[in-house]
Amino acid sequence: MRVASSITIRAPIDQVWEFVSEPERVLSFMSSVTRWEVDGEQRTGLSARYRVLFRIGAAEIGGLIEIVEWDKPRELAWTSVLGIDQRGRWRLRELSGGRTKVELRMAYGVAGSGPFGWLAERIAAPSVGRHLRRSLAQLRRMIEHEQLRERAAERAAARVA
Amino acid sequence: MASTRVANAPSPNGRVQSELSPTDEQQSGRSMLSRLAGGLAGQLQRRLPRADLDERDPDYIREQLPLMWLMASIWYRGEVRGLGNIPDSGPVLLVGNHSGGNMTPDTVLFTLAFSTFFGVERRFYQLAHNLVLAMPWLAPLRKFGTVAASPENASEALESGAALLVYPGGDYEVHRPSWLGNKVDFGGRKGFIRLALDNDVPIVPVVSAGGQETALFLTRGEGLAHALWLDRLFRLKVLPISIALPWGLNVGDMLGHLPLPAKITVEALPAIDLRAEFGDDPDVDEVYDHLIRLMQETLDALASERRFPVLG
Repeated sequence: MRVASSITIRAPIDQVWEFVSEPERVLSFMSSVTRWEVDGEQRTGLSARYRVLFRIGAAEIGGLIEIVEWDKPRELAWTSVLGIDQRGRWRLRELSGGRTKVELRMAYGVAGSGPFGWLAERIAAPSVGRHLRRSLAQLRRMIEHEQLRERAAERAAARVA
Repeated sequence: MASTRVANAPSPNGRVQSELSPTDEQQSGRSMLSRLAGGLAGQLQRRLPRADLDERDPDYIREQLPLMWLMASIWYRGEVRGLGNIPDSGPVLLVGNHSGGNMTPDTVLFTLAFSTFFGVERRFYQLAHNLVLAMPWLAPLRKFGTVAASPENASEALESGAALLVYPGGDYEVHRPSWLGNKVDFGGRKGFIRLALDNDVPIVPVVSAGGQETALFLTRGEGLAHALWLDRLFRLKVLPISIALPWGLNVGDMLGHLPLPAKITVEALPAIDLRAEFGDDPDVDEVYDHLIRLMQETLDALASERRFPVLG
């Protein structure tokens, strides 16, 4: 099952990339994510691994994921190494006026789980979709708020000068 | 068995045992029955399929997770807290209170939570009554890592580095009357503490609430189980009586029942290193009292969050 959501953020693509690729920031905007910890020495980039958990329904579902695509600042994708089968992708595209289109995709499922797997995937989909939308809204709020602060700081610096 | 006498042997007063007083005859009859029961129980035990650690199948567990998730999320509206209190790796003894009759919704919920939190790759075993594993329709439990409750299996599981879930209260606790649903009652069974000490593993108490609202449990039926020799034949101390779907009056709960959709909440408490907290040679009774008190306080707190029976 694949669920996706997208949003437009009034910020340059590089700034959005800094947020979505930084493991320490993930918990602050990703809804339903209760754990996102670096596993091993490598913090970011291709082959970096994280221990993650998402709360969906009665369970915290997760495991070990690995970054399998790192195309700065456009594509960042991961896939599960241990735990529930899942894939995720940040897809960033530059728009005019210093804006960025951000798409977050999640695909999940359990191979061989039969009709109950089919049913569970569909029942979970609206909840997963809500979490994706909330995550993107929270990301936009954080980035645009930071932009406002930066501009305010620049104006304050200009006045002092 | 210790009171068994040889028939026709001379008694201290010189009379042969064939001239037994009525009381002696009764005792002799009981001894024979005891021998018979012992022999039959031994036969039955030997016939039970051996459930060993190798039968656990991570791929099978993974495939069952969606069904368990549906049951836990929709039917029981389950909530599991404190899984971060369980050490990320290494052997650990998870000690839970047990509820819900033979359907044990708390086990379904916790197994799902553990398997999704740590991944099915982490070895996780559960101890169960021999008879549970002998039921043909419950054979898949072995693939989940459910093994017959024995000190050997328990030690073997911990020595392999696995997490082991035990319910010391077992059949005694799981069939307690519904009005005692918010009481932790291990029936004085303390073997799990010695198990943790012998294997030098931490204990993580796992407290669940709501399971005893999945049916109206009336009595454990201990007297009935004793009268029918179930305790000697099958190690069954109880023959519970409940009102449950779809049976109405449900005696024994051997075929299970359709549990009511009661909200189940489970909380794992911080790990306890027995030797660090109770000294090099901990007093088992002291540890037991401490654990029961800790779990009861948590269960009281979980119960206080519930506003309505079943709905939670």
